[in-house]
Amino acid sequence: MSLALAADAFLALLILGLAIWTIAASQTYGAVVGFVAYGLLVALVWVRLGSVDVAMTEAALGSGLTGLLLLGAAAHLAPLEAAERQARPGPWLRLLVGALCGAVTAVLAAVVLSLPEPAPTLGPAVAEHLATLGVRNPVTGVLLGYRAIDTLLETVVLVPALVAVWSLATDPAWGGRPASPGPRDPGSALTLLAQVLPPAGILVGIHLLWVGADAPGGKFQGAVVLAAMWVLVLVAGLRRPPALAGRPLRWLIVLGALVFIVIGLSGVWLAGAFLAYPEGLAKPMILAIEILLTPSLAVILGLLLLGPPVADRGPGT
Amino acid sequence: MEPMQSLYAQIAALGGGLLILPLMLPVAGLLLALALGGRWARGLALTLLWLGLAVALAIAATVLYGAAPLSYTLGGWAPPLGVALKADGLSAVLLLLSPGVLLAVGHFARRGFEPLDGGEETRKSLAFWVLLLGVWAGLNTVALAQDLFTLFVALELLTFSAVPLVALDGRPETVQAALRYLLFALLGSVLYLLGAVLFYGSFGTLDIPLLAGRIGSADALPPAVALAAALMTAGLMAKTALLPLHLWLPPAHAGAPAPASAVLSALVVKGSFFLVLRLWFDVIPALPGLPAATILGVLGACAIVLGNLVALGQVRLKLLVAYSTVAQIGYLFLIFPLAAGAGSGLALTAGTLQIVSHACAKAAMFLAAGIIAYALGHDRVRDLGGIARALPMTVLGFALAGLSLVGLQPSGGYLVKALLQSAADLTSQGAWSLVPLAGGLLTAAYLVRVLACALSGPRPSIVQGPSRPQEWLVLALALASLLLGLLPPEVFGLIGIGRTSIDTAALVAGALASAWTWDSLTGSIAPVLGVATLVLLLKRRGLPTAGLIVTRTDAALRQWAIAGLSLLTLTLGLAAGIALGR
Amino acid sequence: MTATTLYGLCGAALVGLGLYGLICHPGALRKILAFNLLGGGVFLLFGVIAQRGGGALTAAGLGTDGDPVPQALVITGLVVAFAATAIAVALLRRLATASRHSTLDQAPPGDPGP
Repeated sequence: MSLALAADAFLALLILGLAIWTIAASQTYGAVVGFVAYGLLVALVWVRLGSVDVAMTEAALGSGLTGLLLLGAAAHLAPLEAAERQARPGPWLRLLVGALCGAVTAVLAAVVLSLPEPAPTLGPAVAEHLATLGVRNPVTGVLLGYRAIDTLLETVVLVPALVAVWSLATDPAWGGRPASPGPRDPGSALTLLAQVLPPAGILVGIHLLWVGADAPGGKFQGAVVLAAMWVLVLVAGLRRPPALAGRPLRWLIVLGALVFIVIGLSGVWLAGAFLAYPEGLAKPMILAIEILLTPSLAVILGLLLLGPPVADRGPGT
Repeated sequence: MEPMQSLYAQIAALGGGLLILPLMLPVAGLLLALALGGRWARGLALTLLWLGLAVALAIAATVLYGAAPLSYTLGGWAPPLGVALKADGLSAVLLLLSPGVLLAVGHFARRGFEPLDGGEETRKSLAFWVLLLGVWAGLNTVALAQDLFTLFVALELLTFSAVPLVALDGRPETVQAALRYLLFALLGSVLYLLGAVLFYGSFGTLDIPLLAGRIGSADALPPAVALAAALMTAGLMAKTALLPLHLWLPPAHAGAPAPASAVLSALVVKGSFFLVLRLWFDVIPALPGLPAATILGVLGACAIVLGNLVALGQVRLKLLVAYSTVAQIGYLFLIFPLAAGAGSGLALTAGTLQIVSHACAKAAMFLAAGIIAYALGHDRVRDLGGIARALPMTVLGFALAGLSLVGLQPSGGYLVKALLQSAADLTSQGAWSLVPLAGGLLTAAYLVRVLACALSGPRPSIVQGPSRPQEWLVLALALASLLLGLLPPEVFGLIGIGRTSIDTAALVAGALASAWTWDSLTGSIAPVLGVATLVLLLKRRGLPTAGLIVTRTDAALRQWAIAGLSLLTLTLGLAAGIALGR
Repeated sequence: MTATTLYGLCGAALVGLGLYGLICHPGALRKILAFNLLGGGVFLLFGVIAQRGGGALTAAGLGTDGDPVPQALVITGLVVAFAATAIAVALLRRLATASRHSTLDQAPPGDPGP
């Protein structure tokens, strides 16, 4: 067994251990902390699997923003945990479910081990046509070139999700501001962090966006970093969350997807198909879409994190 | 005729390019409705729905008269690298159904979901119209996309738009129902995605025609495909709420506001079922011949029997209608054991007609129940007393929709039952034809119970009555379902376009051929009258022990852990049923 | 036993663990956590399949190896999963605020019942 394989085995065991901890921990807060750690280790696994783009997205979105969301919820719901524990299904039922889950795992493992060799793949096809798209990052080529419809639909999916979160406000609170995510009086350390980190973070986000065409990165990773910086500023109380009925905010939310659709439709006349790019103009158009999608995505991700608007408690809040 | 023909020629020249419109109209509408907000959202939604209906008619006409499906390659990249769109007969039916029902519901909801007088938007109005467009976008993408992952994203769009509609009222029990719906639907989505992952791992593509070709040319179904098909089917069953996975549906559909309930029961559950059709008829056509199909059929039969029985005992009208949906979903899955070999065309036609007929009838019933609840301030069946005198058109609409579900000629329900009967006879599985029969009787039972309560007693005082258009819309939807069989048979030929050697027009004509004979009429009406008498006699006393068993079974099945257990058991069972039969 | 196979088994185990948590934990927040584990397991399996399909891109001198299509789909899936988690958490927080309740089986207090 080589050293690399031993390291991989150790990583896999660590991940499984953290996953078991997440399921078995008695306190939800502890379980969420375990989940965040698990997410960061999974990002490492993605690097080991040769996909740095996914590793970045997993670390930032799957572990970071999701962890933030769940930590906030865990803190809020802590008083209700005792009642939850009483509602557990009986031990025989849990045993049966556990056995069936084990069976599913076993069958899945057997199937994964029996997948055809050599593995069928679209790698050569992607590599062959990547030059026409002008980008050198094959994942960007797939996301914005070959399967642009999936990216477009995924951007669109975020809008009903946002409206879903907003619709849980009370009627008088509609159109107001979400609750400020931070503590009432943030310490000086948090304020300092929120003043120093965002400029650098914004630059990192823009850099990730820019290099995404040719190296690992892209609009999702850039948008997540930008969203995180914005949320940091809000947590430290340096800015108030925006009012959700504001027209500029609404247009910012839909801007990216609308531009994507317009560019896609222009492809019908310029290149013969919806979401096709004309010869030579592919890379600029892809960059344009990415640049205009990033602020929309960042705002949407941040707003999803902030939750529904709450009633204004009066001046001075 | 000349201008129509030249218009048709121009539309046909657009060919596959026409398919961009159903995809992008709702999406653009969704985005603009959020941005413009306020008083624009409702007008935008309704205008786009009318446009969408026109586009759907154009596509259906092109597909029907061209006798071939329309295809389009997105981005100019052909599968397996890119994603393709295809509008075959099934797609055209769903493309037509969605704006049709959504328009009726949308116009119904003009009252109740409007912005404030000054044009200021309210939570309910903006959320409703944006989410309505989201449901439409999801359904159109489900109808057209030919790629398993694009279909996954479409399913998520559908779920994310449907879940908040449940909690629109804001009451805690509806929020809980919405959360239960979301989590169970997500469980279904993840299983579906896992299936898609295994398909990719086995064949290197997610394109439906390519997968069908590669699977068909293999000697036997690889184990990975068996597991993938089982996972996808189980996941989609969870999203379609087939018994025993129906735990989320009754509280969610009954708790939502009436127009939202109509959309949820009529259209949203059909979206995930549409993908089951795609999987079982397009990706792996050999599936219906395997033992797994019997599992689906048995579950469908149980859904029909148990769903109708529980509906019969419901105290609240909206819950009764919701359990009726649970039962009618059973018909959708009854088609699979009958779809092997010679029965394939009959089964597919029956499934498609059930989608259409149930959508219209159930939308009418939920809207009517909503009107009644709003008028009386409650929806307890026992206390409906005499509402038929105050709201005659509404109750008539409810009754006609119910008759369609019972299966009286010439309704869509009758066509479904006749086609299922023929399929059962053709594939020598006559036992299956007993199930629609029982289902029809039980449906008649609860329909008569509701109508008896609505017709007896003096005219009650009304809190607020419906507007004339609302009543007309209920009646229109009910008649659309009840008179479905009166459409010219050639129209039904649409369903089979894109499938080799299935002449659905002839199949439907055959089903209707004996519809108006004395035998057939007495065969339909006599049992209904018999059941009606029985119900009226037992109305006072009821059958408490039987009712208790039924309610307890349903309550047990609807515990989250039990439903999860059922889902796991079904996944493994289906996998075994596919793997062992291949 | 290569590293890829190892991670494939790890993914399968995560799927099983996630399913167990989603079905057996009564509290909705733990269910949401388990759903994220389940999704992570599925994505990991997709990544394993991507790694198995690698080779062509390093040959073309394009740096990252592995089949890019599953990788792109996983990124899309991660964003969709985050949105789903956000909606679920918002619903749960609203339920808890309105009714001091956080499980799915018992009706929240104040429910008139069927």
